[in-house]
Amino acid sequence: MRKHASTLAILLAIVALFAVAMVLGTRQSTGDGETFIGTDSAATTHIEENHPGYTPWFQPIFEPSSGEVESGLFALQAALGAGALGFVLGTMRERRRQRRSAADDSSRPVSDPEPACDAAELQSRG
Amino acid sequence: MHIAEGFLPPLHAAAWTAVAAPFVIHGTRAISRTIKEHPEAKLLLGAAGAFTFVLSAIKLPSVTGSSSHPTGTGLGAVIFRPPVMAALGTIVLLFQALLLAHGGLTTLGANVFSMAVVGPWVGYAAFRLLGRAPFSVRIFAAMALANLATYVMTATQLALAFPGQNGFVGAWSAFLGIFAITQVPLAVIEGLVGVLIFKALRSWAGPELSALGVFSRRRDHAGTKVDEAIHA
Repeated sequence: MRKHASTLAILLAIVALFAVAMVLGTRQSTGDGETFIGTDSAATTHIEENHPGYTPWFQPIFEPSSGEVESGLFALQAALGAGALGFVLGTMRERRRQRRSAADDSSRPVSDPEPACDAAELQSRG
Repeated sequence: MHIAEGFLPPLHAAAWTAVAAPFVIHGTRAISRTIKEHPEAKLLLGAAGAFTFVLSAIKLPSVTGSSSHPTGTGLGAVIFRPPVMAALGTIVLLFQALLLAHGGLTTLGANVFSMAVVGPWVGYAAFRLLGRAPFSVRIFAAMALANLATYVMTATQLALAFPGQNGFVGAWSAFLGIFAITQVPLAVIEGLVGVLIFKALRSWAGPELSALGVFSRRRDHAGTKVDEAIHA
């Protein structure tokens, strides 16, 4: 149970930190234009203001045609990453479950002091 | 932390590309060596790549009134050592440069160097240097510092390219003001997320992590102790 308690505490801390950053950030923004603009564009704006002579010498070969398309592509990136991560974690969890049950019903004489590692080795060979 | 396309003078762009390229080549080799030596760790490799992929897509609001994204490179750096992340991070940055117009091809070298080289190495160094600390503290430090170091490096790269009237130091503090301050709470959040994900990985992929040597140092003392605490 201690395990779940600390997980919960960490999750709450993440939410709290996020909330504090958001509130402080909202106070910081001056009100002109968008709030919470990306730091990437903030840096670009800074360069343009301080170096009016500089012109970017290369353009992106493909640019999302609108904010909607862009956020859609960002969502796609997050979905691909989260999907893959979820699949991997799920597979690992199932793999451990099988290792455990394989170790549990091994009624053969125990010659290996570490049955979990033995099962892992068998699996990687197979 | 992406430097936008065309926003580094050609000389700087070429120099950072030259600096980053050997790391990426070495990282690609490191990945194939890892797969050969530890075929059972393929899933973990996928997890490390996917983690960076999803985290760098999420832009979060922060204290400065601007928003920024985590990098997620500390996780793979700790599990597989930093060279692997040089290759995985490059894939993420290439995706964003080509499809999202975030970052760019001319600035890819500089962005790879900050996110896929400096971040992972700083995170890994923190993990190693804190060898005696509890495992979750080491993970927290590795993840948070990998994130923060990436943004400090980006600020450094931009200050080198655009020193302005105040010289390098003046420009550096200006860019740090844009990037690093925004990043502090996000780095802390990423550190906490790292602790959570490592808890899951430890209980589900313990043997693989041990085989990769993540717990090899002082396994008798801190290692088993933490393991017991997690399984309790």
